[in-house]
Amino acid sequence: MKPNNVFDFEKPIIELETQLEEMKRIAEDTSTEMGPATSELEKTIENLKKNIYSNLNRWQRVQISRHPDRPYSLDYIAHITDDFIELFGDRNFKDDKAMIGGMATIDGQPVMIIGQQKGRTTKERQYRNFGMPNPEGYRKALRLMKMAEKFGMPVICLIDTPGAYPGLEAEERGQGEAIARNLMEMAVLQTPIICIVIGEGASGGALGIGVGDRVYMLENTWYSVIAPESCSSILWRSWDQKEQAAEALKLTAEDNLRLKIIDGIIKEPLGGAHKNPETAFENVKAQILQDLKKLSALKVEKLIEQRIHKFTSLGQSDESGAIKSSPKKTIARVSEEV
Amino acid sequence: MPWFKREKDNIQTRTEDKNETPDGLWIKCPNCKKALQSKALKKSQYVCGYCDHHLRIGSEEYFEILFDNNEFTELDADMISGDPLEFVDTKPYPKRIASSVSKTGLNDAARTGVGKVEGLDMVVACMDFRFIGGSMGSVVGEKIARAVEHARAHKMPLLVISKSGGARMMEGALSLMQMAKISARVAQLGKEGLPYISLLTDPTTGGVTASFAMLGDLNIAEPEALIGFAGPRVIKETIGQDLPEGFQRSEFLQEHGFLDYIVHRKDLKSKVVLSFRMLMNQIVAKEE
Ligand SMILES: [Zn+2]
Repeated sequence: MKPNNVFDFEKPIIELETQLEEMKRIAEDTSTEMGPATSELEKTIENLKKNIYSNLNRWQRVQISRHPDRPYSLDYIAHITDDFIELFGDRNFKDDKAMIGGMATIDGQPVMIIGQQKGRTTKERQYRNFGMPNPEGYRKALRLMKMAEKFGMPVICLIDTPGAYPGLEAEERGQGEAIARNLMEMAVLQTPIICIVIGEGASGGALGIGVGDRVYMLENTWYSVIAPESCSSILWRSWDQKEQAAEALKLTAEDNLRLKIIDGIIKEPLGGAHKNPETAFENVKAQILQDLKKLSALKVEKLIEQRIHKFTSLGQSDESGAIKSSPKKTIARVSEEV
Repeated sequence: MPWFKREKDNIQTRTEDKNETPDGLWIKCPNCKKALQSKALKKSQYVCGYCDHHLRIGSEEYFEILFDNNEFTELDADMISGDPLEFVDTKPYPKRIASSVSKTGLNDAARTGVGKVEGLDMVVACMDFRFIGGSMGSVVGEKIARAVEHARAHKMPLLVISKSGGARMMEGALSLMQMAKISARVAQLGKEGLPYISLLTDPTTGGVTASFAMLGDLNIAEPEALIGFAGPRVIKETIGQDLPEGFQRSEFLQEHGFLDYIVHRKDLKSKVVLSFRMLMNQIVAKEE
């Protein structure tokens, strides 16, 4: 593992692993049997890993969700589909490299897969605009969804974005309108939609492909109204409170499950999806197959009714009127003038 | 003078720009800085008589401008915020809410009502920027979603007046979900063939722009209102250059194809009603 891709909280594990490798190397060099000392150390490492990775705080989860070795949308597509035909363009302005999509089969079942795409190398990252779509990205996504609806294909959305691109041209081309339209169209799209947050789920840029019959998050991802750094800069007027902001925002998979924003958490291998991507691919595929079966059995009217109910039920407000302020003002004014 | 007191509460002008004189309250225009007499200002729908600047006003003023004789039934007036995240930044969220409530006399950042506008039954939802920057949390989301439902159930046209900094941080992802909630309701309203006009006023940004504010059958705006998805400061930081004059203003949005028309506040009521009557295929009596 490249040392710069190690988080501070993982350092104790790396230290012991280095020790273990050293012990193994010496044993090999001297052709001696690896004694109980090594198996003891292996056990210690296993326990330490379990201990560290099962007690991650929210900011640490955010860090894992952004790990540069984490599988991205096209990695999932390559591993969970049998065939994939990538489709480009929004038929209007251009093709957005930060939003990919196309037709695929999963265990023989045709689906439309759409997702935000990040890059790994500096060049790729720029090519993918760091996974931040422009309006044409959302319009491309909608074009593919409408096509899926027309031909009765379920839609799979893979969410992984630090946000919709906040650029000058994005505003000129209607970033807000593009996302808004997707929310409205997805709410009533006449085909099943499954959404999975595979990395970062930042605000409207994530929700723009996030209205579905089932919404999941991978174990080490985040989904909220704002990134913790931006939240910190607005509320604390400094970038330094990002850890506190992450805690306050309650942005993890567990938090969002509790708030009923998602339907379930998809397990990752210990330490994150990048530690053993095959496991992450398998778990995601299994979840998709399970839901496709259930959702395809529903009548489309029922499907949409449930989807609308799911999103319109979200939120928390109080109507007991216990802490009423002074709404009399308006009433008094009305009667005054009548 | 309770009448002036209310004015003082409702006009969003900094205290230093207000002056109590024997003739009543004087308010400095935020644009041309000239002194405006509050009585005259109310008559001009809070538009500066010198420079035509549209002052920021709230639900109370918009309802008064729109509803005939200011008669309307307020919907869900008692709905107040919870604290689903137990959110604490520099102060706990419930304290922030409580102080906003006592400061503004409002229960949250949107009010909804139903009444007659030039005789036409209409549902009007209006955001209040004074309440935590007009930010949208569960209460705003639920109230506007229910207003859309009310329009659908009673077969009425819907007007939503937006004025918001976007989704409210203190309710995290739940605030984000309000965007999906209202958009879903707007989709249902559209299927019934009922018209929805979205009026965007200064400022309308973030999650409000990226949901119901851009989903009107007609998207209209007041002159020179700031309208955008990302805020100008964020864009400037991202692209590392100054933004052009008039960027993200109503006229800019109309030029780029995102607004149906820009309406002066003095024409708001009549033009909205006329638009609705046309959309509802009603016969419009020609004035002599
Ligand atoms: Zn003026």
